Amino acid sequence: MQIFDLFLLEAAVNGVLLGGILALLALGLNLIFGVIDVVWICYAELIMIGMYAVYYLHAMFGWPLWLAFPAGVALVAVLGAALHHFVIRPVLSAEPINQLLVTGGVLFLLQGVATLAFGVEFKNLGVQLPPLHLGALYLSSARLIAFAVALGGMVAMYLFLKRTYLGTAIRAISQDRAVMPLMGVDPRRIFLTTSALGGALAGLAACLLVLQYDIHPAIGLSFGPVAFLVCVLGGLGNMIGGFAAAFIFAEFISIGGFFLDLDWGYVIAFLFFIAVMFFRPRGLFGGKV
Amino acid sequence: MRALPWIGLAALALAPLAGLGSYPLHLLILCLLWGFVYTGWALMGRLGMVSIGHGAFLGIGAYVVVMGWNHFGLSPWLGTLIALALTALVALLVGLPCFRLKIVGHYFALVTLALAEVARMIIVALRDQTGGSLGATPTTALADTSWSLAALQFSSKLVWFYIILAVWLAGLWIWTRVDRSMARLALEAISQEEDAAASIGIGVTRLKLGVTLISALMTCVGGVLYAQYQLYVNPETVSGVGVSLQMVFGAIAGGMFVRLGPTVGAVFTLLLAEVLRLALGHGIHGLDTTIYGLLLVLFIIFMPKGILGAAAQAWESRPRREPIAS
Repeated sequence: MQIFDLFLLEAAVNGVLLGGILALLALGLNLIFGVIDVVWICYAELIMIGMYAVYYLHAMFGWPLWLAFPAGVALVAVLGAALHHFVIRPVLSAEPINQLLVTGGVLFLLQGVATLAFGVEFKNLGVQLPPLHLGALYLSSARLIAFAVALGGMVAMYLFLKRTYLGTAIRAISQDRAVMPLMGVDPRRIFLTTSALGGALAGLAACLLVLQYDIHPAIGLSFGPVAFLVCVLGGLGNMIGGFAAAFIFAEFISIGGFFLDLDWGYVIAFLFFIAVMFFRPRGLFGGKV
Repeated sequence: MRALPWIGLAALALAPLAGLGSYPLHLLILCLLWGFVYTGWALMGRLGMVSIGHGAFLGIGAYVVVMGWNHFGLSPWLGTLIALALTALVALLVGLPCFRLKIVGHYFALVTLALAEVARMIIVALRDQTGGSLGATPTTALADTSWSLAALQFSSKLVWFYIILAVWLAGLWIWTRVDRSMARLALEAISQEEDAAASIGIGVTRLKLGVTLISALMTCVGGVLYAQYQLYVNPETVSGVGVSLQMVFGAIAGGMFVRLGPTVGAVFTLLLAEVLRLALGHGIHGLDTTIYGLLLVLFIIFMPKGILGAAAQAWESRPRREPIAS
């Protein structure tokens, strides 16, 4: 195989692996949007807090990773529930755009708190996983693990929504917010549970990202916007659409980045997003207006 | 009562002559500059078009002018014209499909967010020309002179104060013109119920595009002035999500439904940052952002009309003495 093709293949595979993480991010956002009709602009900042939590538990307090990861997930789940209870609930009946903006305030708040508490220095978990050889391909095993766990998390979420009573109630609420209370579903409890679940997904993403990236208070800005765009591309609230869009978007970043360089990969992916919006404003899989 | 605004304006215009120090003058200039930009944003925002993409227009204004000057020796005046043309083009390219396809609310906010990020990433990606994340400085024309009209560079803060005061006043004038036009009533109808507005013959797309253009061009002018006054541009401070959200929140904090609201928002956010910095020193990083974010959350929950909006409401509903019946 020619060396050029090999690198291209590697870029394509890396795109798939990146797509797995993006799909996980999109799933959490879509779950919350589908059920509560709110976009958490601060979603990536929740992940940032989760990354710090795992870092401190593991690198500072010496917790083993198998303990630090679940603790991080639980912490962000609690944060998600708290975010809903203290910030979203008071504005649920206000203008929809206020709900988006109030989480924008939380974005600054979390960034500020992280800077205060942890400083602006880059922190690294210090866990190095050896690269994986697959024929002539070199792949990062951290990325492979992240991909596998992200897929596993999504399958678990799917089973939860399909097979359990609570999951069914969540799906019912997302289809009709007005009627379900009449059927004996308590929307307040469902909203809180969904927020905790969305937080837990953010926590899971944090555990996977902390293996690959250095942590700093502004890291949310480097993948937050991408996550929103993936959701919109797949159709806000459409979980299957978000899943597919994540891989399309990731391939644009990865292959575009291969032919030009990584910055331009992002530019191309974002321009692709804007172009798609003009033809399918409800997202690639959102049907026609 | 009618004379009050004029007295206020005269006091503002004369303040620097009465021996205002260099640092307060700098703050005053920044308040007016951001007040102008926030006013431009609020023109759209208060009509239900919440854009998180205005950083793109600010970035176009700042970078086109500085790059044109540094690489081609293009006068900032010409650069401004090019930046305005480019801004209008981008606003049309994004606005037209958005409004025709009725992209509103969350979708509009997120599409414009993509726009802001595209602008930031293009500036960073062109790092060989723009200096990337390190930012860029316009080549100085003040080596052996204190001012250059052709290069739009002035060493005197006083000159900048009057330029930006004039621009800010022009911004308020534009706001008033839009406010008093039929178009505003139509746009308010659109923001309430787009289909109903269209059904009574309101040209939804055309009106929305019009106000978007005005708002985008004002923001672009703000970007030019910011770059020329500060003599430094940076992709993070003039484009991207951060500065775009800053505009949104400045306008909301001050009150985007009243004319001076966005300016009050600019004064409030700037003074907040400065007071916190002076009170705490440079040592404690992040406290200002923390308090800023906390206040924004509290504002949106408890005072969605902003400082000036809430004050105006309180003034309207103040207890009045009943006229004595004869």
